[in-house]
Amino acid sequence: MKDKTAIVGVGSTPYYKRGESLPQTPIEMACKAILAACDDAGLSVKDVDGFAYYSGGFDTALIAQILGIPEVRFTATTTGGGGGAAGSVGLAAAAVVSGHAEVVVSLMTLQQTPNARLGAAFASKSPGAYSRPATSEADFAVPSGLFAPGQMFAMLAQRHMHLYGTRREAFAEVAISTRENAIKRPTSRFTESLTLDQYFAARMVSDPLCLYDYTQENDGACAVITISAERARDLRKPPAYIVSGGHGGAGRWGQAISWMNMPEEYFASSGHRPIARDVYARAGVTPDDIDVALLYDHFTPMVIMQLEDYGFAPIGEGGPFVEGGNIRLGGKIPVNTHGGNLSEAYIIGMTHVREAVEQLRGEAVNQVKDCEFALVTGGPASIPVSALILRRG
Amino acid sequence: MPRPAGTLPTQFAELAPDAWTLPFWHAAREHRLVAPKCTSCGTFRFPPGPFCHECQHQQVDLVELPGTGTVFTYTVARHAVVPELAGVVPYVIAAIEVDGAPGVRMIANVVECDPDAVSIGSRVSVLWDDASDEVTIPRFRLAS
Repeated sequence: MKDKTAIVGVGSTPYYKRGESLPQTPIEMACKAILAACDDAGLSVKDVDGFAYYSGGFDTALIAQILGIPEVRFTATTTGGGGGAAGSVGLAAAAVVSGHAEVVVSLMTLQQTPNARLGAAFASKSPGAYSRPATSEADFAVPSGLFAPGQMFAMLAQRHMHLYGTRREAFAEVAISTRENAIKRPTSRFTESLTLDQYFAARMVSDPLCLYDYTQENDGACAVITISAERARDLRKPPAYIVSGGHGGAGRWGQAISWMNMPEEYFASSGHRPIARDVYARAGVTPDDIDVALLYDHFTPMVIMQLEDYGFAPIGEGGPFVEGGNIRLGGKIPVNTHGGNLSEAYIIGMTHVREAVEQLRGEAVNQVKDCEFALVTGGPASIPVSALILRRG
Repeated sequence: MPRPAGTLPTQFAELAPDAWTLPFWHAAREHRLVAPKCTSCGTFRFPPGPFCHECQHQQVDLVELPGTGTVFTYTVARHAVVPELAGVVPYVIAAIEVDGAPGVRMIANVVECDPDAVSIGSRVSVLWDDASDEVTIPRFRLAS
């Protein structure tokens, strides 16, 4: 699959505070993002013939009839949730390489109305888009009030601090450096500086995570278009070649944060180690070759664990690595130069793919010099977690 | 028996057990902490489920555990993610390595203590919460 496909178009709606995208519908926003991505690529929406999603996917039937897609030849979704963000593009590449479809859209559209907020994912039995059915497995978490992703990842962060001496100052540096990147982007939701004093004065939400360790909650849509490398050369913008992709994880990582019985060896990790091994091997590159890392940042400690799992820092040393300024623009490995989920917008990781493409085209707001290889991740989450390595065209 | 202080409202203790988890909840109703152990290779599995992850055997023995354990990790939930929890926060959610069942961690609240008194490595013992007429949930408290 190496270098046989490319991302040729990216498109987004504005990013909104949660609930403020009304009266648009989520599908309307999806269609706007798809049209914008087609325009960016120099393609017609009539060229689209495939859809590759994650996190539950969307109603291709409805999108196709609304947009007048001539024929749908591929429509599929990775299992799981936000862990498949980068993986959805890998799925699109697989569809193109296998000959199922030629122009494949991956997208996220999100509208967090009061009954459909991700933060209370396991708490609600009310009929919202994100309420979860009662299951025999959830019986071992819900009666203890373990509902929210933040609480779950807090338990991994606590273990990481215990094992390695990771400090809250490191979490703060992830929040602050990401905010610094967001400040310069007109698309960002949060554009005011964040200081260390403000970080430590913020309320604790779920120890050891305070308010600034959490992603924001947003509405909006973001779409990307994958086609063959051959066809990509003739389009409007330079292609971002898909060098490698992967999604999955260790079987006993399993449901991870909602069961807490992962092996001790990688409990305090992002669950990404098998994916990291695979995407580097398939691409024939090492962490030293990566120029920018767009790491899914729903919670600050999980950025640190991904830096370890992707080999930018030794296991257990992600905290000091971050505190040393290494993830800032101009540092050893600039991370989330768009402002991430934390400060630009939380569209469940699809903005990370968009930023990787903009970096490789040389059109990013916080441009990394001579950016040749970009790493994009989805998750940490239950299986699958996912990643992509993209190369400048 | 009154419910332990600081436990979640009864509505959160509504269960949806299956054939493999039901024996655990029946034992809990009798205030016995149990875990399923593979009859073929001796590996514990948790939550209870249909296959051994080591040898894929199905049958288990339900082993009665001493009811003690060690906090492997935890968080203090200080924000009520739904309004019904406003009177409950802060509460401690822990993953507890239970004695007598190597490899098994149970997610449970550590109750009847200052949340800040809990840390990784804290020794705990089970405390039974008869949450309703039908359901009993194991909670833990710091071992004295």
